[in-house]
Parts: sequence; structure tokens; C-alpha cells
Amino acid sequence: MSRSLLSRMAGLVRDSAVYRSIVRHGAADTNRNRSLIVFENLFLHVHPVKVREKTLKFSHTYWLGGITVSAMVVLICTGILLMFYYHPSVPQAYRDMKELKFVVDNGVFYRNLHRWAAHLMVLGALLHMVRVFYHRAYRPPRQFNWVIGVVLLLVTLLLSYTGYLLPWDQLAFWGVSVGTNMAKEAPILGPPLRFLLLGGNIVSENALLRFYVLHCVLLPSALLGFLGVHIWRVRKDGGVQGPPEPPSDDDEVEP
Amino acid sequence: MSTPMPPLKVTESNDPVAMPKRVALVRPDARATLRRMEEKWVMTFPNLILREVICFQIVVIALSVIALLFNAPLEGIANPLETPNPSKAPWYFLGLQELLHYFPPVVAGVVFPGLVVVALVVIPYARINLSARALWSGDKARTRLWVGGAVAFLSLFFAAANCWPIVVPTLLIGAAMFSVYGGAAEGRLRRFLVSVTLPEWIMTWFILVATILTLIGTFFRGPGWSLVWPWNMYPPA
Repeated sequence: MSRSLLSRMAGLVRDSAVYRSIVRHGAADTNRNRSLIVFENLFLHVHPVKVREKTLKFSHTYWLGGITVSAMVVLICTGILLMFYYHPSVPQAYRDMKELKFVVDNGVFYRNLHRWAAHLMVLGALLHMVRVFYHRAYRPPRQFNWVIGVVLLLVTLLLSYTGYLLPWDQLAFWGVSVGTNMAKEAPILGPPLRFLLLGGNIVSENALLRFYVLHCVLLPSALLGFLGVHIWRVRKDGGVQGPPEPPSDDDEVEP
Repeated sequence: MSTPMPPLKVTESNDPVAMPKRVALVRPDARATLRRMEEKWVMTFPNLILREVICFQIVVIALSVIALLFNAPLEGIANPLETPNPSKAPWYFLGLQELLHYFPPVVAGVVFPGLVVVALVVIPYARINLSARALWSGDKARTRLWVGGAVAFLSLFFAAANCWPIVVPTLLIGAAMFSVYGGAAEGRLRRFLVSVTLPEWIMTWFILVATILTLIGTFFRGPGWSLVWPWNMYPPA
């Protein structure tokens, strides 16, 4: 009784003019509607309508790309929440950390989530690259997607590194000082690049502001752009490539 | 019997309503066969989309549990006048920082990471990576010369810099490569090792070196970058 009532109500909603104007397909009870779900959706249509069944096996990808993207989504959501409380200035940045910890509701939880998700994203991207290498998935036609993957890894590392400075505690300050002192050693380009990055010769309030803008605007935009191309090219190149298969007896019948 | 194929003429049309014609080329000396007969396909929705949602949920739940149990580190306010000893970069740069202990900054901080990035980018464009040939399957004497020379050079180079965390894995990987010089014998491990290609050996060496350097930098380096046990580390790693 109640189930039929529920399904009748769902049917009423689904058949209403307003719902049909937003979502143009019916329930996913036919392959036609299942196709429409994918290709009538801006975000889902990075996927093809059909995929090879074997690519869904866990051992095909170990879900490492998916885990990395999931961590990224968590980072974007928690990052936006943290931005509501954070001032990129000295010493307010550090005080905001204390506020998040002791005053803001769930502040410490969101900061923890952001921190651990960042580690997971770096680790996931590294493992994903290792998986792709050993599965030889960088081979033609996927060569350039591997290069985009390397760019994504570098952007991920830069994101993590710029975020490292933002709490403005001793860990952040000296971690970034160690890294940027290394950049100083690069011949010719090193010192001016370091000056540009830090907005000065030492890690200071200017560096905090620049790292903040890089961390919250420039690098995430670059990441999303390259990620879009990365996933779209997976589709264009025939789906995810799993472990190389030994030639089977059905292959290449000799005349 | 095989006759040379007539040269193909490609004509391209700018007529928007012209339909392209599909042409299958069959060499005179071959029979038309399909390389793979059939593969099973499934609908993306719900098969793939649901798995993605589950993956996201697992990540969110796992991260939430971790975030509830462990607090993100927060030390005292940044003080440029008070240098902590040791001062460490984030964990993914500690391999490089460990290299700083053995090499001048321009080598550890610029040359090595630059080489790594270049090496990663060229992987799909190097013919050696595309051939997928087992290490000892070709000209054995030539391979022996090059592999032995490379292992010896790398070991001596890093030994000269006293960089034993790289020398040891280099020798280990070299020993593993030469352990199957005689070809496949019985045993699953040996059969597997025989099939490993040169790029896979190199990548395994790189991952091993990077992991060892990162672990040493994270857990075994204390004040003045001296070697300490993890349980004697202060502040804890």
C-alpha cells in the first residue's frame, strides 16, 4: 500500500511538466533512458554511454583515479568552508587556525578533513601513476594523456605545497622556507622565480598572500581544466586501459 | 603471387551533406579477420556511475573517521628568528631533502627533480617503453654490457657521494636483473622476473629509491639531520 503510494507520487513528480523540463528523460528502466541520463548531463557525458565490462573490475584500475578525484572533491568542499573563516594575513592567519580549533563549530573537523584529504590526493595520484606505468597504459594512443597526468601530478604537489604555508605556524613557515631555499639554487631563473613566488626575499606576509591566491584560485582552476581534458581523453582513447592481456587463441587467425 | 597495391587516392569533400564512406583495406596476401571477436559492453548508468558514487562514499567515510580520530598538526606561530631543528619540508619532498644531505643544493634541488620530471614526460615517447620486450630476450652480451655498466656507474657515482640509501637499492635491483640472466627456470618468481622489461626494472628502481629516501627523511632524521630512531625523535615525525 505505502509502496504503491510512494511509487505513484514518484510517478506524479516524474511526469510533471516542471520535472520534465529539467530532466528530459524518464526513469532508468530502459537502455534508451540509461543512455539519456549520461549524454543529456553536462558532467556525466565525460563518460561514454557504454563501457567495456572488464574495465569495471577492481583489479583493472584499483579505483586509484577515482579515489584521487574523490579526495579532490572533498578538498574543494572543505576548502570553500575554510575560506569563510581564513584571513591570509599575519598574524590573523594563525589566529584563525586557533579559532577553527576552539571556537568555530566543527572547524577542527573540516580542517582535519582538508589536511588528510590533501595527503590522500597526493598519495592517490602517485599510486595511480605507478599503476598506469605497470599496466603500460601510457602506450599509443594514450601518450599525451600520460603527459597531462604528469602535469596534474605537479599541480597537485604545488597545491599541497602552497596550502602547507597557510596555517602560518612553525611547521608551515620552515617547511616552505626549506623548499623555496632549494629553488634559489637553480641557475639564472632560480632567484627571480623565488622573488616572484614569495613577493620578497624571505617568506613573509607577501608570500602568504601569494600562496593563498595560488592555492585558492590559480592552481585549482588549472587542476580542473587539465583534469577535464584528462578524463575526456580517457573516453576518446577507448576507456580506461587495464593490465596488458596476453594474446589469446582467438586473436589473429593466420590464413 | 602478391601484387603490389595500387596507390590510394584520397579525396576530401567540403560538401556538408556528403556522407563519408568507410573503406576496409585488405592486403592481397592476408585474409580479413577480426582481431578480437567480441567484448562485453554494459551501460555506463548504472554500472559505472554507481561504482563512482560508492568510491566517493568510501573515501568520504574513511577520511571522516581519520579526521575525527587524528588532529591536523598545528605548532606555535611562525617565527623567523627561531629555526626548529630539524626543519622539514612536507613528506613528499623529504626524499629530495634527504638528497640535500649528500649533494649540493643545485644537484639535489634542481638537477635531480628536473631529470625526474623529464624522464616521466618522455616515457610514452621512448621506443624502449613501447617494445615491451623482456630484459634478456634480445642480444644478451650487449644487454649485459649496458646493464652491468649502468649499475656499476650508478653505484660508484652514489658511493662517491656517500649516498648509501641509493647504492644499496641499485645493487639489489642489479642483482635481481642478473639473477635471471640464465633464462627462465622453474618457480613462479623466476618465471615472473624473466618477463620483466627494462623500463619496468628502471621504474621499480626509481620507486624503491624514492621510497627509501622518503622514509629515511621522514622517520630517521633528527637534529642537524643526524640519524635517529623514530622512537627517539623529538618532535615526533
